Amino acid sequence: MTDISKPAAASAPINYTRLFERVALLIVWALLIGLFTALLPKSFLNWGNFSIMFASYAPAALLALAIIVPLTAGDYDLSVGATLTLSASMIGVLNVWYDIPIGLVLLIVLATSVVVGLVHALFIIYFRVPSLVVTLGTTSVMSGIVQWMTNSSTIGGIDNALINAVVGYRLFGIPYAFYYALVAAVIMWYVFDYTPLGRRLLFVGRGREVARLNGIAVNRVRLGALLMSAVLSACAGILYAGVLGSADPYSGLNYLLPAFAAAFLGATTIQPGDSTPGVPSWPSTSSPPALPVYP
Amino acid sequence: MVSVSDIASSGTDMTRPGAQIALPVLSVSNLSKTFGGARALRGVSFKVLPGEVHGLLGKNGSGKSTLVKILAGFHAPDAGGGLEFNGETVTLPLKPGDYRRLGMSFVHQNLGLVPSLTVLENLRLVQLTTAKSAFINWPAERAAARAALTRFGLDFDPEQRVDKLTPVERALLAIVRAFEEIEAARAITGKPGLVLLDEPTPFLPAEGVAKLFALVRSIAALGSSVIFISHDIDEVMEITDHITVLRDGEVAGELVTAKATHAQIVEMIVGRHIAASAPRAAIIDRPVFARVENLAGKLLEPSELDVGKGEILGLTGLIGSGYEEVPYLLFGARPCRSGAIAIEGGTRIELSSLDPKGAIDRGFALLPGDRQGASGVDSLPIVDNMFLPDVSRFFKAGRMQNGAMVREAHALGTAFEVRPNDPGLKLSALSGGNAQKVLIARWMNRSPALLLLDEPTQGVDVGTREQIFAALRKAAAEGMSVICASSDAEQLAEICDRVLVFAKGRICNQLSGADVTKDGIAEACYASVSLSGAAHTTPSASVAS
Ligand SMILES: Nc1ncnc2c1ncn2[C@@H]1O[C@H](COP(=O)(O)OP(=O)(O)OP(=O)(O)O)[C@@H](O)[C@H]1O
Ligand SMILES: [Mg+2]
Repeated sequence: MTDISKPAAASAPINYTRLFERVALLIVWALLIGLFTALLPKSFLNWGNFSIMFASYAPAALLALAIIVPLTAGDYDLSVGATLTLSASMIGVLNVWYDIPIGLVLLIVLATSVVVGLVHALFIIYFRVPSLVVTLGTTSVMSGIVQWMTNSSTIGGIDNALINAVVGYRLFGIPYAFYYALVAAVIMWYVFDYTPLGRRLLFVGRGREVARLNGIAVNRVRLGALLMSAVLSACAGILYAGVLGSADPYSGLNYLLPAFAAAFLGATTIQPGDSTPGVPSWPSTSSPPALPVYP
Repeated sequence: MVSVSDIASSGTDMTRPGAQIALPVLSVSNLSKTFGGARALRGVSFKVLPGEVHGLLGKNGSGKSTLVKILAGFHAPDAGGGLEFNGETVTLPLKPGDYRRLGMSFVHQNLGLVPSLTVLENLRLVQLTTAKSAFINWPAERAAARAALTRFGLDFDPEQRVDKLTPVERALLAIVRAFEEIEAARAITGKPGLVLLDEPTPFLPAEGVAKLFALVRSIAALGSSVIFISHDIDEVMEITDHITVLRDGEVAGELVTAKATHAQIVEMIVGRHIAASAPRAAIIDRPVFARVENLAGKLLEPSELDVGKGEILGLTGLIGSGYEEVPYLLFGARPCRSGAIAIEGGTRIELSSLDPKGAIDRGFALLPGDRQGASGVDSLPIVDNMFLPDVSRFFKAGRMQNGAMVREAHALGTAFEVRPNDPGLKLSALSGGNAQKVLIARWMNRSPALLLLDEPTQGVDVGTREQIFAALRKAAAEGMSVICASSDAEQLAEICDRVLVFAKGRICNQLSGADVTKDGIAEACYASVSLSGAAHTTPSASVAS
């Protein structure tokens, strides 16, 4: 512990391949924009189009974050799409059909998502059922509840306050929805990269026994991750209801695959032969799960 | 052991008419390998003759595993190297299936088992995945697996998942698989094969090593060759015929085992002379630091033990005698049947209520024996592995001080001679021994009051072992108490003030002072079997038939 005087030796040379891997997606994104601009010069490259895209994919972005949290801790949450639909539908039913004030509705929605997270944790952590199985199961249950609750119909007429707060008001011409997702992503990046909690999540995901033997409360971390996932999905549902102005009991699940794609691509590299198969690994601690890339 | 010339003259197609010297099974010339900017191997050439056991020695990071991985087709070597197998020139890099076609089989340092599959699936991996028939004959596979296991005197269930096995059982399984494969390959090619054992012994208890050596001899007697990698010089002197020593990726020298002395080999490995360790200090009366009562686990029967302040206490015995559970039970890492610990005469802590977090808060530290499964995470950087229990310490002013963390990791790496000392690398980029140094550094850096060790120097080379021992002794002199469970009598003899020998879950012998010698400990271990009545149940290897 005496040799701190030569930190220069600690810095490794820049690894260009790794650097390229990290920015490759952004390059592809830029190329795609260039391509569409060339093909549709008038209609594509205008601010209105971009602001709509930014807003309408905000729910998917939140959903991707909802997937990343438990994934980092080693658990899959496939139910994020169903939780999103459940939340949006609850807003429709409670606010439009039962006339409950929107503020209270949002509280109820968030509380419900906490229950969803607790149910997941009960089966995954306490009964040790694989997370894929549990969350697939709750997906079916929640989809059933949604159909029952909404009579399989789209409910329009959600309180304007919510719609305005999501897509009505704009900053620099971009609806607020975009900024909500951005703030969530920045917070997540901070937690993953700059807090001890982020390191603990990572170790719990990559080496549960190692984490346990180093004094990390593994079950509490996993519980937290599952709760966070459900709450974030509910937030995505709230944005979704705001973007559409109505509650659609079907289309929410369509977000699931794009969100998973964003979660995995955001992780930049998917390591073959990892101890937890399929769990993506950040190339190093200093690279956060990149922001889900908007199309 | 059958001599090389016997095999050569009785071999089928391995002697050319008139040739006096047998065609080497493996001939490597000018092999180099660069990782990024770092040279792991440079211009390595050596030969392995049929029927010989060839020792491959060298310090941590000298390139032994890299060489093995090149032969397995896992790494591509730099251009310019050459490889001949049984006289056939093989183009480099080897393709993934090549080693099997040529007749090589491996026990990799990390064993190369698939943890989530069963014993059966791991053992018959090749047959299950490459068979020509359209369906798998499970009963036949099961019978074959069971036959192989019994032949090697192992009695675990083929349907057991590999991650549920103990490290010892896993090592044995990997060894059985390698020997099975080589038998199969020899039946097909009719030429001698080559088994490469990359540090197979750290996890094995003494009788496991004896069993392995019996297998190695029987394979060699049939004309196949074995490459044996180990840091245990005594083992190497017992089993090998020739030795090639690597140092910093180059061949430092070759020796004929029969003509070499222990000191000579060590000097060639380390590149300098190592003085014999200091004579043992007289027995010192120490105040008791921790008193453990009624400790019982899965194998361990209720036992009492205590460790003095600044004492290094060794625990040993034959495998299954329960000694290996003690560090985990004291750390709250495994459920105990009963037990309590009192620190410095203070209140008793029921161990059933202790968890690793509580143990760490009380100043305990545990270095588990299963490096990859329980000690470090291979896919994460060295720096994060090093400071896992203290991440919170680096959280200042609302953010992790990543820079400070890396600097401290670098300094710690220098102190523990981690090579290469780049804290940003993943743990998997280090050689096995260097990874172990990182994990030892993690705990030593916290200056724990009670350090619990399970096979602490597995895979660590002779030179570095001395340094780790010195660090342990120094910390003990400053008041740290150490409990070290190990099957390695030499290691215990070198560091311990007192050694407890276990048999059948009970403490059956205690050695202290001048009795703590390698032979004394080994003898006590074997005596423990007869002491405890019935002999050990593991059947012995019987392949030679
Ligand atoms: N995948 C990798 N990426 C980068 N460097 C590597 C990689 N694998 C090995 N090395 C480096 O190559 C060198 C040789 O490592 P190797 O594993 O062959 O050592 P070894 O002789 O087997 O040591 P040990 O006795 O500790 O197992 C080391 O410096 C190691 O850090
Ligand atoms: Mg090695």
